[in-house]
Amino acid sequence: MNLILFTFIVLLGFTSYYFGRKKAYTIQSTKKRLTALPQFYGYYLAIWCAIPAFIIFSLWAIFEPTIVKLLILSDYSNQGYLDDELNLIYEKTKALSRGQFTGEITPFIEASAEKYLSLRSIAQSSKVVIVLSAIIASVAYAYKRISSNSRTREPVEKFLNAVLFTASLAAILTTVGIVFSLIFQTIDFFKVIPLFDFVFGTHWYPAKAFVRDSSEALDPTMYSDTFGAVPIFAGTFFIAFIAMCVAIPIGLMSGIYLAEYASYKVRQYAKPLIEILAGIPTVVYGFFAALTVGPFLKELGTSMGLEVSAESALAAGGVMGIMIIPFISSLSDDVITSVPQSLRDGSYAMGATKSETIKRVIFPAALPGIVGSILLGVSRAIGETMIVVMASGLAANLTLNPLESTSTITAQIVVILIGDQAFGDPKTQAAFALGMSLFLVTLCLNIVALRVVKKYREKYE
Amino acid sequence: MIKIKAKDVDVFYGKKQALFNISLDIEENQVTALIGPSGCGKSTFLRCLNRMNDVIDICSVKGEILINDFNINDKGCDVVRLREKIGMVFQKPNPFPKTLYENVSYGPTIHGIAQSKQEMDEIVETSLKKAALWEEVKDRLHEPGTGLSGGQQQRLCIARAISVRPEVILMDEPCSALDPIATAQIEELIDELKKEHTIIIVTHSMAQAARVSQNTGFFHLGQLIEHGSTDKIFKNPDNKKTQDYITGRFG
Repeated sequence: MNLILFTFIVLLGFTSYYFGRKKAYTIQSTKKRLTALPQFYGYYLAIWCAIPAFIIFSLWAIFEPTIVKLLILSDYSNQGYLDDELNLIYEKTKALSRGQFTGEITPFIEASAEKYLSLRSIAQSSKVVIVLSAIIASVAYAYKRISSNSRTREPVEKFLNAVLFTASLAAILTTVGIVFSLIFQTIDFFKVIPLFDFVFGTHWYPAKAFVRDSSEALDPTMYSDTFGAVPIFAGTFFIAFIAMCVAIPIGLMSGIYLAEYASYKVRQYAKPLIEILAGIPTVVYGFFAALTVGPFLKELGTSMGLEVSAESALAAGGVMGIMIIPFISSLSDDVITSVPQSLRDGSYAMGATKSETIKRVIFPAALPGIVGSILLGVSRAIGETMIVVMASGLAANLTLNPLESTSTITAQIVVILIGDQAFGDPKTQAAFALGMSLFLVTLCLNIVALRVVKKYREKYE
Repeated sequence: MIKIKAKDVDVFYGKKQALFNISLDIEENQVTALIGPSGCGKSTFLRCLNRMNDVIDICSVKGEILINDFNINDKGCDVVRLREKIGMVFQKPNPFPKTLYENVSYGPTIHGIAQSKQEMDEIVETSLKKAALWEEVKDRLHEPGTGLSGGQQQRLCIARAISVRPEVILMDEPCSALDPIATAQIEELIDELKKEHTIIIVTHSMAQAARVSQNTGFFHLGQLIEHGSTDKIFKNPDNKKTQDYITGRFG
């Protein structure tokens, strides 16, 4: 029903566009000069059609359920029901009217269900009538008002402005919402687990929290030495460090090769090929790391007499580095290519060779962009999940040996939130606290990146 | 005395021929101006003289260019040494995004000319003095070169070019991005520089060619129509096309 109504309104919108434009043409044919192009008149009318429809639809969506509920429950007032019971009755009524109620059906509820259905159909038909009449009235009003010197361009532009603003507002509000949900859960977590224990504790063993009987009262003391985040922070940065050790040199050098040395033909094929790396799903990298690289490293280590864990930080970090190569290579290639040719000419004309030119002129000029691309790579490395979960093990060892297994923030969040979880449990909230710290780290990284870029930009422009 | 001798130089961009059979002698310690309408090949010819056309993949140069009786188009020619001897100043000032000091010391550093910090300081100072920029920038040598005005930037580029004591300086429309005052400063500088360097300047301004040069070559559609002393070219050219161009009847 709603879909039909919606389609009909869209059709009405097109029709009013058509009529608006037609009227503009009619005015134009009387040799009067219009204040805007004819299609603006059309858009103007279409907007007059869309706005009332949108307003009425949203009002209905907000108020209809509340009013229906009030009307239904008014039958039950003065009978001494509690609020919760009233809610239950209302839910039962709704379920019955949909034919999904399986419990005992009392005559009262049956009557309410009938009333509910009739109210709903009244609401629905009145909505159709009101929407359509409002649209027709507003379009007719606007249509009458259109004349050769009425302003249509400005309202249309303003409307577009408002639509675009709303879109960006939605994005911002979502971000704010996510951050707030993180904050509140994190605060709850730190009510049970002291901040100090979280930040400085060296034992991360959330499995201890899994065994809690949720019907018992919460006892904070049983969590001491459970949520010490140092090992997983260390693991996160360690694996990211290994990844960047792989990604920065290879990515940067391939970026320089593509931008400065590669012939046009090579570049044409090599660049998309490298960018294919960026298109491989991280899960695929994950099992590549877990099933190919990990065991290979283990065998290699054993043959050299080293003890290598099958799920080593080296395997996860190395593969993660390979995943990041295309970002750094592609971005730094773009940055280097955009260094003006005149600087290269100036350097070549002084007798500098290609490598001297790159080292002394192009690289410093491109540095802000390169630093930016590296920091982007770092935040990807820190936020990467799949590879770590699959290839680096889930036990949070505090170690700096790349051959042992470690765990990261992201992997621990996965561990905590897989399977059944109870809200309000410290175990679940720990995931939020971890998410919050991850968010803070990446935020700081981005701020530093922007600062660095800005500072160098001042220096080099 | 003849410094540069170009013999039958042809230049191709891919299949398109840009210069036809150019033969031109450049006198030592004089200013030679190359004039002609846009796209006539005068900049292309200039870039042949320090092999800057090597940078362009599709460009190929034929013929002989003898500098001190050595053919620079020879396979054995070391481009790095060649460009040390033949400096270049470009149309748009292109200081490196480095400090003033680093801009000037760039050439001496890559050619290993200065043995000590003190020697380098001297080179930077004399180069800037010769470029008539020293007085304006001596207190801010360690600020970015890109912070200067357009005319100052161009003089910085000249200082950079002369820091390696080149024998020849090529100038590709060095004043086209500058205002009249900065232009006058550069022209004065060119006059000063010709005592120690041979200068070849490409310019669109006939007045400038007349003011600064002793010899002039007129290019048209990739051919060298006429060349000779500036006096003769401007007052009594042999070729009708030259006459027309100089009097502003075409081009």
